[in-house]
Amino acid sequence: MNKFLIAGLLGLLTLSAQAADITLTGSGSTFVKPAMDKWADAYDKKGTGVKVTYAGGGSGTGQKNVQDGTVDFAGSDGPLSDAALAIARSKDNNILHLPVVAGAVVIIYNVPGVTNLKLDGATIANIYLGKITKWNDPAIASQNPDDKLPDADISTVHRSDGSGTTFIFTDYLSNVSADWKKNVGKATTVEWPGTGVGQSGSAGVAGQVQKTVGGIGYVELIYAANNKISYADIKNANGKYVTASLDSVSDALGTATIPADFRFSFVNAPGDTSYPISGVTWLMVPQHSKDAAKGAKLVEFLKWIYNDADAKKMAHDLNYAPIPDAVVKRVLTTIDTIK
Amino acid sequence: MSQTTTSPALPARAADMAEPSRLGNRLFEGLTFVSAMMIGVLFLLVAYVLIDGARLAMSQYGWEFLTNTHWNPVTDNYGALPFIFGTVVTSAIALIIAVPLSIGTAIFLTDLAPLRLRQPLTSIIEMLAAVPSVIWGLWGLFVLLPWLHDYPYTWVSKHLSGIPLVAGPIQGAGACIMSAGIIVAIMILPIVTSVSREILRSVPDLQREAAYGLGATRWEVTRIAVLSYARRGLMGAAVLGLGRALGETMAVTMVVGNSPKINASLLQPGWTLASVIANQFGEAATDIQRSVLFEIGLVLVCVTILVNIGALLLIKSIDGPGSRRA
Repeated sequence: MNKFLIAGLLGLLTLSAQAADITLTGSGSTFVKPAMDKWADAYDKKGTGVKVTYAGGGSGTGQKNVQDGTVDFAGSDGPLSDAALAIARSKDNNILHLPVVAGAVVIIYNVPGVTNLKLDGATIANIYLGKITKWNDPAIASQNPDDKLPDADISTVHRSDGSGTTFIFTDYLSNVSADWKKNVGKATTVEWPGTGVGQSGSAGVAGQVQKTVGGIGYVELIYAANNKISYADIKNANGKYVTASLDSVSDALGTATIPADFRFSFVNAPGDTSYPISGVTWLMVPQHSKDAAKGAKLVEFLKWIYNDADAKKMAHDLNYAPIPDAVVKRVLTTIDTIK
Repeated sequence: MSQTTTSPALPARAADMAEPSRLGNRLFEGLTFVSAMMIGVLFLLVAYVLIDGARLAMSQYGWEFLTNTHWNPVTDNYGALPFIFGTVVTSAIALIIAVPLSIGTAIFLTDLAPLRLRQPLTSIIEMLAAVPSVIWGLWGLFVLLPWLHDYPYTWVSKHLSGIPLVAGPIQGAGACIMSAGIIVAIMILPIVTSVSREILRSVPDLQREAAYGLGATRWEVTRIAVLSYARRGLMGAAVLGLGRALGETMAVTMVVGNSPKINASLLQPGWTLASVIANQFGEAATDIQRSVLFEIGLVLVCVTILVNIGALLLIKSIDGPGSRRA
């Protein structure tokens, strides 16, 4: 029996030695997962010998994993807080934030007979604060003079699971409503005031809104577009009502001032054509790689994502808004600092 | 008379006989002992992980965690009371609905159903137990909830809105504590029915025959001879169902409304201990958020243990079979 055991172990060792491909692991935001999976697949097929596996699991999981060093990179819809970054830096583990794709949050609704609802930030905040409770409230009716709004209760739906979508949405509401900023704040999960139900995932929220007459909810633009759900036009900072689309998100991103460490928010961005409820997803990468060979391969993969025309087309086809070229240049310079 | 045939060389005394192999016995005892201990060890491991993970939250919040009604990740103000309320109330509703139905079904299956129908019906009920929790949740969300919302809930909110127990505008197309209770009731029906059926089958026929012999009607036979004999066992079946109801996660999270609020009305959304962990653990970004969810898990285990101890004490106080009380 001993001989077979040794032979088996030797066999396993040789097999694993042959699998000398480098594997890069990532986890985090499920928003960017479809793009990441496609990129990983294409990069592997190019024959680079690098396998990238991206696990998803939510921005929170990704942030924890990259701080603990259990993954090579993470995807996150929200940046690390100052406090968390300070702790990481003190452990000589500065985490770089690289914006990779942008997306938007749209407001979906279920009001019979109304197909082109217009809302502004203050109204949305007051609806979710529980101050506006009926669809025919003057605040909504004044923005929609051509629609016949019913005297029905508004049923709000929110995300019950922690989510980057909630982060962008509450970031926007904190920006447009002092009341919201003081009493609720922005995070991946918040204490939702008033009544209303929570459902898990964009699919849950969309399903709930579609079943509830008088329902209102928020989902990712990509999800609404792929499932052909109608969403509201939102009034932006310049006073214009904008429909969410890849172009209006890119326009908003173009006006944003982006600091050196790339942690920024561009909700309620200026510009006539900017969509106000937009956000960016970051790839969080440690500046000092623990394994030099892996670090070099990761840098190559990241540069491929930002430079390669095929990679950009894949993201575009999946309905992600791209990062503007000027920002990409700065990101590439930052990638060069990874050792 | 001396024997002329040769006999095999038997030992002279019994004490000289070779010992039968004890190894098989010992191995068997050892293996079963280890299996029994494994369950205890597993439980201790689970308790250890929960307590270790909850340490941070326990030191930060103390006992007021159990009475706080907020759930605010922005200001890190957390409390378990809405979830304890949700778990206890949905389980109570589930028991109230499921136990009478189950015992009734069990009585039908053991005493009243035609013989040819018994096995098929039993098989069908046991198949219900095989349906995964998530499927019940989906069915509840797409079939049960709309029906409940359109008929019972709308009627109640129109005619009985004065009663606080069922007050309030219906949120989210019927997602509420009552709906969660009904779904969990459907989920624990098979197990409680199945165990009750076994208990009722184990009631000796002598009991029934004696009652018939005294001139009892069918219902009296069932009540006097069968149910009172099986009282303790049936309570045990209910406790089994309760245990499952307390931990139900996926089906509940789809229909309970996921809103951490305590309402007097059953037709308002709520949240349960198991559902909040399932919803929020993946995105728990900070150490305190994770620790709080571990503490919720610890609270769930404690609630389950306390409820089970209470139920066992209740069962002990009821006289067992063969006692004089009828």
